[in-house]
Amino acid sequence: MTDTNTTTASAAESGAERPILEIKDLQVGFQTQNGMVTAVDGVNLTLYRGQSLAIVGESGSGKSTTAHAIINLLPGTGRITRGQILLDGKDLTKVSKREMESIRGRQVGFVPQDPMSNLNPVWSVGFQVEEAIRANGVAKGKQAVRERAIQVLKQAGLQDAERRLKQYPHQFSGGMRQRVLIGIGLSADPQLLIADEPTSALDVTVQRVILDHLETLTRDLGTTLVFITHDLGLAAERAEQLVVMYKGRIVESGPSVEILQNPQHPYTKRLVAAAPSLASRRIEASASLDQAETDLTGDVAGDSLDLVATLEARHDTDSVAAAKESAIIVEDLTKVYKIRGSGDFTAVDKVSFQIPRGTTMALVGESGSGKSTVAKMLLKLEEPTSGEITIDGKRLNGLSSKDAFALRSRMQPVFQDPYGSLNPLMNIGNLIAEPMKVHKFGDRDSRRARVHELLDQVSLPTSLVTRYPNELSGGQRQRIAIARALALKPDIVVLDEAVSALDVLVQAQILRLLADLQAELDLTYLFITHDLAVVRVIADNVAVMQKGRIVETATTDEVFGNPTQQYTRDLLAAIPGANIPLGL
Amino acid sequence: MTGYILRRVLQAIPVFFGTTFLIYFMVFALPGDPILALFGDKTPNPAVLEQLRAQYNLDKPFIVQYLLYIGGIFRGDFGVSFSGQPVSEILARTFPVTLRLALIALVIEMVVGIAVGLVSGLRKGKLFDSSALVVSLIFISLPIFVIAFVFQYVFAIQLGWARPTVGSGAPWSDLILPGIVLATISFAQIQRLTRSSVIESSGLDFVRTAASKGLSRRRIVPVHILRNSLIPVVTFLAVDFGTLMVGATVTEGIFNVPGVGNTLYQAIIRGEGPTVVSFVTVMVLIYLVVNLVVDLFYAVLDPRIRYVK
Repeated sequence: MTDTNTTTASAAESGAERPILEIKDLQVGFQTQNGMVTAVDGVNLTLYRGQSLAIVGESGSGKSTTAHAIINLLPGTGRITRGQILLDGKDLTKVSKREMESIRGRQVGFVPQDPMSNLNPVWSVGFQVEEAIRANGVAKGKQAVRERAIQVLKQAGLQDAERRLKQYPHQFSGGMRQRVLIGIGLSADPQLLIADEPTSALDVTVQRVILDHLETLTRDLGTTLVFITHDLGLAAERAEQLVVMYKGRIVESGPSVEILQNPQHPYTKRLVAAAPSLASRRIEASASLDQAETDLTGDVAGDSLDLVATLEARHDTDSVAAAKESAIIVEDLTKVYKIRGSGDFTAVDKVSFQIPRGTTMALVGESGSGKSTVAKMLLKLEEPTSGEITIDGKRLNGLSSKDAFALRSRMQPVFQDPYGSLNPLMNIGNLIAEPMKVHKFGDRDSRRARVHELLDQVSLPTSLVTRYPNELSGGQRQRIAIARALALKPDIVVLDEAVSALDVLVQAQILRLLADLQAELDLTYLFITHDLAVVRVIADNVAVMQKGRIVETATTDEVFGNPTQQYTRDLLAAIPGANIPLGL
Repeated sequence: MTGYILRRVLQAIPVFFGTTFLIYFMVFALPGDPILALFGDKTPNPAVLEQLRAQYNLDKPFIVQYLLYIGGIFRGDFGVSFSGQPVSEILARTFPVTLRLALIALVIEMVVGIAVGLVSGLRKGKLFDSSALVVSLIFISLPIFVIAFVFQYVFAIQLGWARPTVGSGAPWSDLILPGIVLATISFAQIQRLTRSSVIESSGLDFVRTAASKGLSRRRIVPVHILRNSLIPVVTFLAVDFGTLMVGATVTEGIFNVPGVGNTLYQAIIRGEGPTVVSFVTVMVLIYLVVNLVVDLFYAVLDPRIRYVK
């Protein structure tokens, strides 16, 4: 899967051949109440047969809009306002609706982003695959269509396809659904396949398997691949050509490895610096370089978004933290859920760990590994079946409700979804002040002063006090959630996938903020994530969870440098971009 | 599946006793003596009064009356109306008429409501959508008896397309006009609900994916948009069945349909306990059955519900 990185198929090699896809000066606008808003502006790109191209950018950069414009499926009021999209020489902006329908599926396949919402829940999976096959005239007759459907699904990596045809999407896992969608996208052997963040909703190890498969498949079938992602490491690993989009424009394009090793545009430079997947790799590199007493990372280290700098800043405080006692001790923690009909399900199985005060423990695992259940039990949102949790020397079991209430003020959560965890009907000031009100912390004036202080701590202007969550960006909202968690001056913060929903640059800012706050306030973090790359930057210790058990506990450096468990090695290998040679 | 149906049937038992008891009590509590009212202005012979009271169990305490009535139902005896007819006979005569009327109304409101709602939803904000909104608002805001009188006057009396009142035996052809009137009550809601549901479904990811597969609009609309949009509409129809029954009472009165509504209305006026309770009980049972059928149909429409045990 890495050989594509070395075969830099350039436009020149393909000679006089006509490009399969050529976009010329594309402009896409959305009609809003305030007139036309341009989402994509002056995009040019050329792609030759058999190549793979990745479009990278943060949300709102216009990368998905560009992809949707190609197959003319722009959402809502979106319209192509200028430019040409030439598919094998034919201008797709000028074809009739009818003709476009015949191009979709047959010539241009599409793999959508979210496997959960892209299959119709009321039709069986088989029906939805067969429908695509029939619409594109790939096979005729009930039996032939069915056979082709099975073949397509098997090709996409769904082994027991015959049996699963009759099942409905809700009976499939996310990874399986994504395989179905890849199968559908490739069902009519299109020349061009557009994959719009095909794995961003999946676990890293599943992501890796799916992408490996997609890569082999497109190579074997000779399909040209356009790959859209927000993860620069992933893009570079999976595509030969890279296009970086920012605010609707292409800021940089060229061969992946070149861009990654020698980014020209400031935005690309920041992306390279902020991508956790690449940062963790660079950290290793810089560590070995440090030994040789050469510092070549200076060109990017000055950037406040550089994760390596964040890590180094953290390391300075580490030596102080090492000698401290445990803030959290978890012993033999077990949670069993009773499931009607199918017996018990052990979500958490005899989990034990300790977190020294002022340090960060990362709890890593895929979805369903039980890591969030541990967090819930720690926060007393869920009762353990057995086992012991001790916080600051106080045992959680048998704690009176008054003591438990007091404990909550010292231990605060930050959750994954900044859109769901802030009440949209409350303004920012009240949101942050709410825990203080509940715990009768100070009077009105001192609470207001504290809100201002907190906003300052999370680097937000105090003018936000009267604004509402829907007026803020995802990153700003997560800062608010952190400010709220800090309102009661807690000692412990439980961060449950607190940066997973954020764009890389915002993610880097929040990680930086968390590190600064920890140094300043001597906080203890339990950091729950599925993303090992982030762990490298933020955590002192790592516990890897699999199927409810902790399979490996060690310091971060040990886990990354010398993982003892196969599962940990799989997780590490799944970090995108881990194998890319970087220009350090 | 069988377990589910069985559970639902068992749930109907307390509902059955609860409704019969409540309704019996309410009729009992109505002011005035129903037997005395039978004689109008005449002064009846006390002996005759006494005998009639005994015949209809009205001389006994309330709870005894109720238990005697319930006991009768289990023997297939729904009691006797004041006119001397067994209530079961009246039920057998009137229910088929009302069911026919309700069926006509249901078919019209579903077909027209869903069709108009679908087109409005697909052409949101266009002329058709706005016109449909205006018509819906008119039907929502006008009480049913106004619509009934207007339709009766315009279509039956002025244009002569239908007969203004329903003849004996209530043939299907006579029931079409009252059926249309009855359909107007829920047409507007169905249309609005379908419209918003279609708009919501149209924006869902899998609809875009369906288009990306190369499906034509003609296939996407019924298969991926309409089917998903019907789920809330079907739920609404079940809940709305009660409205249909209420509407039937008014419509039947105006068009002189010899159905349940008309008969029930007369029985309430006369305070005929057994007749009122029997009619309402049968209505409640039908309501329960309709809701069960709709819930089962719901599972057909949405496979995610099927597997929840």
